[in-house]
Amino acid sequence: MGLLFLLAALDGLAYAAQVFLVAVGLTLVFGVLKILNVAHGSLFAIGAYLASTLVGLVGVPWLSLLALAMAALAVGVVLGPVIERGLLARIYEKEHVLQLLVTFALLMILEDVQKLVWGVQPLFEDAPVRLLGQVEVGGIVYTVYQLLLLPGVALLVLVVLAWFLRRTLLGRTIVAVTHDREAAEAIGIDSRRVYLLTFTIGAALAAMGGALAAPTTSLVPGIGVQTIVLSFAVVATAGLGRIEGAAATALLIGLGRSFAVYFTPELEVVVPYLLMVAVLLVRPAGLFGSTELRRV
Amino acid sequence: MTALTRRTALATTAAALAAPWIVPRSALGQPKPARIRIGISTFLSGPASVFGVPGRNAADLLIEQLNAKGGIAGVPIEALVIDEAPGVNFLLGECRRLAQNENVDVMLASISSGSCLAVAPLAEELKLPNIMWDCGTQRIFEEGNWRWSVRTQANAVPEIVAPLLYLLSIRPDVQTVAVVNQDYAWGRDSWAIWKTAMEAIKPGIRVVAELFPKFGATDFSTEITRLQALRPDVVFSTSWGGELDTFVRQAAERRLFERSLFVLPLAESSLERVAKTLPEGVIVGARGDHWFLHPTARDSERLKGFVSEYRKRYGLYPIYPTFHMAQALFALEAAYTKAIAANGGAWPAREQLMDTLRGLEFDHLTGRMKIREDGQGLEPMLIGLAKHVPDYPFPVLDRMVLFPPELTMNPIGTKGLEWVKGLSMETVAKAPAPIPYKA
Repeated sequence: MGLLFLLAALDGLAYAAQVFLVAVGLTLVFGVLKILNVAHGSLFAIGAYLASTLVGLVGVPWLSLLALAMAALAVGVVLGPVIERGLLARIYEKEHVLQLLVTFALLMILEDVQKLVWGVQPLFEDAPVRLLGQVEVGGIVYTVYQLLLLPGVALLVLVVLAWFLRRTLLGRTIVAVTHDREAAEAIGIDSRRVYLLTFTIGAALAAMGGALAAPTTSLVPGIGVQTIVLSFAVVATAGLGRIEGAAATALLIGLGRSFAVYFTPELEVVVPYLLMVAVLLVRPAGLFGSTELRRV
Repeated sequence: MTALTRRTALATTAAALAAPWIVPRSALGQPKPARIRIGISTFLSGPASVFGVPGRNAADLLIEQLNAKGGIAGVPIEALVIDEAPGVNFLLGECRRLAQNENVDVMLASISSGSCLAVAPLAEELKLPNIMWDCGTQRIFEEGNWRWSVRTQANAVPEIVAPLLYLLSIRPDVQTVAVVNQDYAWGRDSWAIWKTAMEAIKPGIRVVAELFPKFGATDFSTEITRLQALRPDVVFSTSWGGELDTFVRQAAERRLFERSLFVLPLAESSLERVAKTLPEGVIVGARGDHWFLHPTARDSERLKGFVSEYRKRYGLYPIYPTFHMAQALFALEAAYTKAIAANGGAWPAREQLMDTLRGLEFDHLTGRMKIREDGQGLEPMLIGLAKHVPDYPFPVLDRMVLFPPELTMNPIGTKGLEWVKGLSMETVAKAPAPIPYKA
């Protein structure tokens, strides 16, 4: 039984890492821009498709990990500013419903763009997984990529983001705008630049989630939509805008799902959403969220 | 010359006026249309577009070829394609639009079983001939009596019974089985058929895990860990598309294939994509009597021509939905041709077309099949073992068995799930001899 728990925990950890890498960008963007970006799922999907294409193009296994990073960076740097300046900047002051509709429309458009570029046949490029090989735990074969690399990158992202936001001037500027945009502007902070930077980082994180997921799964039309649903569950459970909260919630959902597969498989599908409902019933602002005073 | 009396004139006039009501409408010829308009519902978006787009591609290619030789009985065909991905309500609205605004003559609907179950009653209401070209649920003709629908392929019962018979013919000593199916109707229904049939044929086989990851899952690592720990003799999965590809890749990366024999009834559609990641010895199904290297038809000009043209145009080998689309179109062509001949050359009414489709035998790309009186298609089931050969960069099928419908399909008036309870090892023994792959 002890080994079973260990195996379930390892699976849960690997899954949680993947979930966190997608949700963290969504929660960062919401925390700063106050926009729930439904098109985050498309950025994930495009990051994944581009990573798969680049890995296939470089052809050299040891360069494949670099290709994943390049894909994430490219999507963040190219699509991030285009979407933020071209679209979101026009709707910051609008109703939340309109913001949701606009980003949803963007999701649908990008889904079609993705189909136009990459078609509908599933793509699979697992060179990075093969490169890192396998490892055995208690007679069970795991891939190093899923057992060590993904949780390692997730942890790194969490630590670097926390350090960046709390210990660097740029990060503190972002936090200042998050807390009070008007006051931040009054002391000379250019909130437009902060929004642009934050959205670019968020887009790159979404694309990185996709790029890192690409070697482990088949890329199919609709993958972005499926991803965004689970990400919303994580972000809502954690409390919107909470990065450490997203990490803890991803871990909770990952472990919950994994233990469900081992002990009550019929609950596997609903575990993330059961957790979300349970948390929101008790704490409507999420596990790590706090109630905010509404400004008149 | 007989003089025309008032009595004769009255009788003739009365008979002429009464004829349309006395003589069956189906026996009356219709004016030959300028074109045959076919509505096709398929998945053009979402995960199931891996089947829907090849189906649409096959329709484009075959209709173009049919039109190049003059269409059906000299009438060109025009296809109007709709996406069934947005859901049943959208599909029903689109079907209604095609019937009432676009005046389609026939519908070819659909891929999803849910879509077919919804379109059949609508076809009744609209009196619109409907050919179910790809959906698999056996419930359609078991639970309903549809005047306006037929299906030009088999259904879930033979699609699941055939691989089970194959498994038990090559591994009668199986002790334990695990299932990893998608968590939706097909995943659950196919497992119910397998489990019921397995318990009837070989009671005592233990089911060690029933895993139903969510539809659209992108990660199976937890399921694979569990299967590695449980070490079942057999892993059964009716997953398809990207999920099957992912499951196969992840299982291969973690050497699960070394521990269990896999039975994958839909894997023919994934072979080119998963390539030689899928090891030799896996039991692969093709959802019917078709494959681009079909054991008895591979050298026919018709199949070779189709495969060659399809590859040239779309860059891929045709997979089962393309063959299902071909079966639907060839059935339609055969039905029109037969009905026109029976009419002495006059164009048939819709009723006559439907009457002709029932009981119709027709040739398709890889053989000949029949539509039963209840509207259900009968075709053999091709099952084989994955084999790596130098001729192709992906596995081919070896030791292929073509299970006849008499062995795998429940008769009219019976329910598949009940009928499989009557299967036994005697049924397994009746399996035809395997046909080896020919280089």
